[in-house]
Amino acid sequence: MDFALSEVQRMVQETARDFADQELVPIAEQVDETREAPMEKVKKLGELGFLGMLVPEEHGGSGLDDVCYVLAMEEISRGCASTGVIMDVNNSLVCEPLRMFANDEQKRRVLVPLARGERLGAFCLTEADAGSDAGNLKTRAVADGDDYVLTGTKLFVTNGGFANTFIVFASTEPEKKARGITAFIVEEDRPGVKRGTREKTLGIRGSTTYEIIFDECRVPKANVLGEPGRGFKIAMEALDSGRIGIAAQAVGIARAAFGRALEHAKTRKQFGTPIGEFQAIQWKLADMATQIEAAHLLTIRAAVLRDTGGDYVTASAMAKLFASRTAVEVSDSAIQVHGGYGYIRDYHVERHYRDAKITELYEGTSEIQRLIIARRLIRG
Amino acid sequence: MNLELNDEQRMIVQTMREFAQGEIAPRAREMDERAFIPPEIVAQMKELGLFGAQIPEAYGGLGLDTVTYAAIIEEISRACAGIAILLSVHCSVAAYPLSVFGSEEQRRRFLPRLAAGEIGAFCLSEPGSGSDAASLKTTARRNGDDYVVNGTKVFVSSGSLASLYLLMARTDPGARPLHHGISAFLVERSTPGLSLGRKEEKMGLRADDTMEVILEDCRVPAASRLGEEGTGFKIAMKSLDSGRIGVGAQAVGIAAAALDEAIAYAKVRTQFGHPLVHFDGIQATLAMMGTRLTAARVMVRHAAWLKDQGGPYTREAAMAKLFASEMSTWVTHQALQIHGGYGYMKEYPVERYYRDARVTEIYEGTSEMQRRVIARSLLRD
Repeated sequence: MDFALSEVQRMVQETARDFADQELVPIAEQVDETREAPMEKVKKLGELGFLGMLVPEEHGGSGLDDVCYVLAMEEISRGCASTGVIMDVNNSLVCEPLRMFANDEQKRRVLVPLARGERLGAFCLTEADAGSDAGNLKTRAVADGDDYVLTGTKLFVTNGGFANTFIVFASTEPEKKARGITAFIVEEDRPGVKRGTREKTLGIRGSTTYEIIFDECRVPKANVLGEPGRGFKIAMEALDSGRIGIAAQAVGIARAAFGRALEHAKTRKQFGTPIGEFQAIQWKLADMATQIEAAHLLTIRAAVLRDTGGDYVTASAMAKLFASRTAVEVSDSAIQVHGGYGYIRDYHVERHYRDAKITELYEGTSEIQRLIIARRLIRG
Repeated sequence: MNLELNDEQRMIVQTMREFAQGEIAPRAREMDERAFIPPEIVAQMKELGLFGAQIPEAYGGLGLDTVTYAAIIEEISRACAGIAILLSVHCSVAAYPLSVFGSEEQRRRFLPRLAAGEIGAFCLSEPGSGSDAASLKTTARRNGDDYVVNGTKVFVSSGSLASLYLLMARTDPGARPLHHGISAFLVERSTPGLSLGRKEEKMGLRADDTMEVILEDCRVPAASRLGEEGTGFKIAMKSLDSGRIGVGAQAVGIAAAALDEAIAYAKVRTQFGHPLVHFDGIQATLAMMGTRLTAARVMVRHAAWLKDQGGPYTREAAMAKLFASEMSTWVTHQALQIHGGYGYMKEYPVERYYRDARVTEIYEGTSEMQRRVIARSLLRD
């Protein structure tokens, strides 16, 4: 048993920490206010190698492990949760399925620019009637000569506003339900790809959540990712891995909120003494820190299991379930520690609170995580 | 980074699991009902070397690391939390402080005995001082080569089984702050003036006894003082840091047993035409139980690993104990709930787990004291 970080892991953590403090913390409020994605910072993330962390160097990535990814995601999300999810989607939901399922030609053509951050990706799974029940999707892909023709509307596409490459899940054999789903690589400039409405979201407002419409969009068969009919499995594996990223994002948001609460408790005086002297506040801080520690360790555990080839599915669901709840509860407590100031935008914790909530919803709701965990516990 | 036990650790833990499940678990209900520990089980524990788990080999122990030790406590707790506390108190708050703070002479005198299975106990709490340990009233007055000790200690785990007590008493009544006037002593059970008072009737953890220990003009040789005069409070706190890892592991073990029972029951119990595991609500509860249990286990092992590295671990041990104990109370509660009415019956072990778990939020520092330890360390940084 060894909880120590390697030299490389420590270096990645420090790099991410410095980047978060210097580049992200100062702009996070503005990103939230203006709903503008921080594209200049995203470009820098690419230069740091943070957009293709798990991709081997030969395919344009950094060739790092999941523990590095978790450490970086925590720090980047602590700085700015919108930037955190932009990074998560590109790494976990776009580069990872390409790394695992793309053929060599696709890796050279599609993965390399995504891993380098020269292009950005998005993941198109959810539809109006297919959320948790992802196997029930209605987008169709009909074979026609050397192409497939895609028709359907995808919802809640994170990074939808600026993504250049979409991983799209569509049904090629509707009667087979989940087993008839195929994954496609779809470039944004293909005729028939349209951006629909941009959602107004509670939090992570800089990440641009879009409806993406495929209107008789022709995609060459060479853009099928994996085998036809394997799409659902590809989506689920991407999400298994993505949960580790979201868990890390949640821990990062919780750390941001906690840091502000601790600072406020030290400096805010009432009844002639800093409020951190009061037991009611001390206990709250202790509970917040304890929960963050638990969430962090669960997340690291999932990452280590994935790195070492262990069964990480239950572990990543546990990490995401626990860490997302932690983010919500800790940011809620951080507002409470701030009193009325916590409700005021200038004090940031209300943003952390709004940002935190999404982590219980996307890449599998908490209800779905519980289902995954329970099924595996019961199976034994 | 690797969060799994290594092969050697796994092998030791596997042996202890077989012992715990084979020998202890079948008698756990009997021990709970009759409030006793069968001597033959203690004898088997001695044979396995459990009482010397963390005592260095040079003094007759197994010299195990804390990660392995915590995993063993978890396994024993899974079978019987009462036996686990006997072992945890002995190892964490008797043998451990003796190893760290004892003189070479004291280590040679006492550690081999403890390693061989003479049981150690810890006497800190008094009727008037629980969490506020520094206000303790037991006095130790220097008299020639001895100290004369007077006072009453309460809630002494394994009180009647112990041969050796690590006891905190006030040597300097004038010292301020109060905790600077406290010293630690190794007191033999056979010392004239030491007697056992009432045996407490407890809600859970009934196998191990909890005694009042009374000291009336009890002469303890100065050579049995552990550490310098005035360092007793520090020794007690360091002991409890270590003890919290043991109690955290105990809480995890109790919860693991409860979760196993809950899953097994939910698979076979049929209502509305389906086994309970078929229902979303039950599944969600089981998932939360497993998640919180896993988190607590990693926290306990993290604190244990930090201790093994020789780094500071006070905050992490407090977090592990706080989290694991509250987790255990919650998980055992849910396990009982999943059993419905049967959960309330002695026929099923979950009501015992529920009773056993509760104390982990109280002893070796209440949850409130853990929060205080954690908050102070946070505010200081």
